Amino acid sequence: MLLIHCPYCNQTLPEAEFTYAGEAHIARPSDPSSVSDEEWRDFLFIRTNVKGPHYERWRHFHGCGRYFNAVRDTVSDRFLITYKTDDPRPELSKLLEKSK
Amino acid sequence: MSSFRVSGRGRVDHTQPIQFTFDGKKIKGFKGDTVASALLANGIHLMGRSFKYHRPRGAVTAGSEEPNALVGTRRGPGRFEPNTRATVQEIWDGLQVNSQNRYPSLSFDIGAINDKAYMLFSAGFYYKTFMWPKSFWDKVYEPFIRAAAGLGVSPTEPDPDHYASRYLHTDVLIIGAGPAGLAAAVSAARAGSRVTLVDENPEAGGSLLSEPSAMIEDMPAWDWVAKTVAELKELGVKVMTRTTAIGYYHQNMVGLCEKLTDHLASPDGETPRERMWRVRAKQVVLAQGALEKPLVFDGNDRPGVMLAGSAQTYLNRYGVRVGNKAVIVTSHDSAWYAAFDLADAGTTIAAIIDTRAEPNGDLVAEATKRGIRIMAGHTVTGTEGRLRIKSVRVNPITGSSVGAAEVIVCDCLLMSGGWTPSLHLFSHTKGTLKWDEERQTFLPDHKAEECEIAGAGRGLWGIEAVLNDGAEMGAAAAKSLGKTTKAASYGVANDRPGTGVSHKELPTDLDAGKARAFVDYQNDVTAKDLRLAVREGMRSIEHVKRYTTNGMATDQGKMSNINGLNIASDALGVPQPKVGLTTFRPPYTPTTFGAFCGYHKGSHFEVTRKTPIDSWAEENGAAYEPVSLWRRAWYFPKDGEDMHAAVSRECRATRASVGIFDASTLGKIEVVGPDAVEFMNRMYTNPWTKLAPGRARYGLLLGDDGFIRDDGVIGRLADDRFHVTTTTGGAARVLNMMEDYLQTEWPDLDVWLTSTTEQWATIALNGPNARKVLEPFVEGLDMSDEAFPHMSVAECRVGGFPARLFRISFTGEVGFEVNVPAHAGRALWEMLFEAGKKYDICPYGTETMHVLRAEKGYIIVGQDTDGTVTPHDAGLGWAIGKMKPDFVGKRGLARPDLVAEGRKQLIGLLTKDGKTKLEEGAQIVLDPNQPKPMKMVGHVTSSYHSDAAGRPIAMALLEDGFNRMGETIYIPMPDRVIKATVTGTVFFDPEGARLKL
Repeated sequence: MLLIHCPYCNQTLPEAEFTYAGEAHIARPSDPSSVSDEEWRDFLFIRTNVKGPHYERWRHFHGCGRYFNAVRDTVSDRFLITYKTDDPRPELSKLLEKSK
Repeated sequence: MSSFRVSGRGRVDHTQPIQFTFDGKKIKGFKGDTVASALLANGIHLMGRSFKYHRPRGAVTAGSEEPNALVGTRRGPGRFEPNTRATVQEIWDGLQVNSQNRYPSLSFDIGAINDKAYMLFSAGFYYKTFMWPKSFWDKVYEPFIRAAAGLGVSPTEPDPDHYASRYLHTDVLIIGAGPAGLAAAVSAARAGSRVTLVDENPEAGGSLLSEPSAMIEDMPAWDWVAKTVAELKELGVKVMTRTTAIGYYHQNMVGLCEKLTDHLASPDGETPRERMWRVRAKQVVLAQGALEKPLVFDGNDRPGVMLAGSAQTYLNRYGVRVGNKAVIVTSHDSAWYAAFDLADAGTTIAAIIDTRAEPNGDLVAEATKRGIRIMAGHTVTGTEGRLRIKSVRVNPITGSSVGAAEVIVCDCLLMSGGWTPSLHLFSHTKGTLKWDEERQTFLPDHKAEECEIAGAGRGLWGIEAVLNDGAEMGAAAAKSLGKTTKAASYGVANDRPGTGVSHKELPTDLDAGKARAFVDYQNDVTAKDLRLAVREGMRSIEHVKRYTTNGMATDQGKMSNINGLNIASDALGVPQPKVGLTTFRPPYTPTTFGAFCGYHKGSHFEVTRKTPIDSWAEENGAAYEPVSLWRRAWYFPKDGEDMHAAVSRECRATRASVGIFDASTLGKIEVVGPDAVEFMNRMYTNPWTKLAPGRARYGLLLGDDGFIRDDGVIGRLADDRFHVTTTTGGAARVLNMMEDYLQTEWPDLDVWLTSTTEQWATIALNGPNARKVLEPFVEGLDMSDEAFPHMSVAECRVGGFPARLFRISFTGEVGFEVNVPAHAGRALWEMLFEAGKKYDICPYGTETMHVLRAEKGYIIVGQDTDGTVTPHDAGLGWAIGKMKPDFVGKRGLARPDLVAEGRKQLIGLLTKDGKTKLEEGAQIVLDPNQPKPMKMVGHVTSSYHSDAAGRPIAMALLEDGFNRMGETIYIPMPDRVIKATVTGTVFFDPEGARLKL
């Protein structure tokens, strides 16, 4: 069982309190009617599916209830960082530097 | 007792005799014996039959890695366990032990015919022997394989024991309480860390229990163990014995299985049989030691052939000599010491055969002193003896040639192929391994978790080396927690350091193709099988493993992995590190399902959600059905009624007068805030701006892909407050989805979302007399058709309780849904039921609810839709607010596939004969005479007998269904083809006249 840091509660808690919520930084277009079929398809279905550091969303479901973002290595299952939804997307090179 | 028990020797209590049975025969042992040690003390080596060839087998080890001596144990009614390792099970008075995989008896077993036909059962035999003729598969091969599969017999009775689970947080978890683990615990505990020390054995000490002559700090080893354990307890260390670390998971979580009662003659009944611990440790020290490897030669599996280190353990720990006349065959120094201990205890050592040409001079001198014959540079090429080894065939090795054989008589053959560090738990963490050329084994390399590996587990040998390494690693663990400490330094006298070499099969002068040289005892895999696998094209070690099943038995290759690797590497002509090792997976040793289940069994398997009115339904004989985690009243049978009769009566009563229904499980979400209406406009397809407070509307929720996710009636209580209902199963999902959009897409909206499902009890009254029953209880509301029409909501009091009253209908009748605080649910239900008696009020369950709604063509999301159905497909296009600039799913609905012609659409079906009820899920075809496989164009989603329609009715999703009205379609069933006509989905009161008062 993983331990996950909730950036809102500022506590590291068992995975059982959290639910996974898919890839992060996929914004819903502000005016969906103006986007092409291909763009809408990409928004709905196309994901990076990376082997390695993955930007993803989690929800502190049985806690504060907030959605937040994380970078987790899909090979080692290790979290590099968790951050609030409106924080900027952290640069991978800096994260990898820090985790060394 | 028998001549094999050495008086006063070992850690068993010679003053406490214990009697148990083995295959019905009474066996005597002492307190502290295992089943295996007690049998050996009685001269019994034959303990089981092998899996494939049914070869006679005895205990080859003295520990949890045992592959052969698997037995069934019975501890009273319902307490039978198959495949228990005789080397681990402690004995107590009355224990019943049975051998396995033999018929009719252990010494005479018909299945042993397989051994003569071994050519048929070589590697991959499943794929070869049982290939043809094809017709044999069902009748001959499969029954044969099924009968032969597995070793022990599964218990058939429910397990009467209970199992527990707990969490534990600790600074340093030390796995293994041998010399390395004890020294590590001392270092970490003296540094002030919270320490937990676990060991699978009944007592701490590990290999020191087999080395009583060693002197640690001028103290006999056993005294040092006792002193150390006492000091650890004094320092607050949690010492857990009979506790196996079964798996090492992410972020230093380790699973421990603690066995509490299997060693007791009369457990108190309160104590759980086993307890699963989930330990979160800041640091882990792996001090699991090393496992001895067998040597691979023809006949290395006969009863009496045993690992030398295990024979030493049986002597020193249990006071049991495993034979009167032993031969030692070894490639490692350690077996020499076993020979010395046995010789000193009275066993004749017929010879020490060392595969090395020049063994250690000190050892040779010691052996010579005892008059033991030394055969250096020799190999073993065979053994004789059916149920017990009688002799061993020995040949000299000169360069690459094997000389003439000599036969030596013996009653046990003690072997050592060197020692393999136990890397299982380390490998669970995906820590990497590196090949150590000198020791010919894998050692831990890069660590993936916060852990240290100490002692023999990282290739060290000798008590002093291991103790000091443990002390260092314990200190290292404490230091990484910020403690300042210095590791103790231990001096050991009478130590037994040593080295060895590693082998593939031992060289032989005989036909290697006929050798029965076992690598994996438990799965009966021989060296020949491994070479055959390579010849037949297996290149990856993972393929070799699966083709031969080497290392796939319950011992997970603890003894066979490195020997298997050496042989595969030789056959492939590729060095070992290039071949690689197969993956170790948890659990480390076989673990009961009970331990994994813990408390989660029977009624505690998962929670059962019950409504506030559930108890009334139970008292009134409801039949229940599970709906997500809820149990819901399904129907209320009267005396002698079956489900069909009960549902039919409930439907008629409701349409004739009034029915009462517990709708409390409906999901309820309170949507509140200045932007509540804007939020609702964006979430749901419908327009909400113009819905006045006091009015309600059917709401439809889509995903952004345009498919239906959920539905429910939504009431507007005030400008800034909505009472949203969802499907019973969808409540949590809908709230999660709402939160997702609110938090991450529209954080600008000022809205609060609260689940109120369990705060409200909801009672539905439906039927022409529903208002008459309800009205006398309602305060503060004009219930006339004009003031409170269909699709209204009001806050008022009902039966004296604060209430939210909806006038809505899921039946096509005049309907009300009363929401009162949960605590008031049953009281109000009883009031309404009592008052309704003069109208023959009828309680009904979910089945009647389903029939009544189907008669009206109202859909159930998840039954009539399946995640690929659009509002238009479901005939709900009217529920879409087309003027809204956006809502979840609007853009999705414009996707090319969703606007295409010929989609599956929800239609009604009436069977041609007017009597046949279709089966839900049945497939629909347009032409029943087409060749198979037929083109399926849809399926039945809902099907019921309808009293109101006077015939069976059904709904179905059908390709281009809206354009097929009146057409005949076909439903092929196993025994016939059913014809049906495509219709609309409303089967009763199409004008909706009955909704008016």
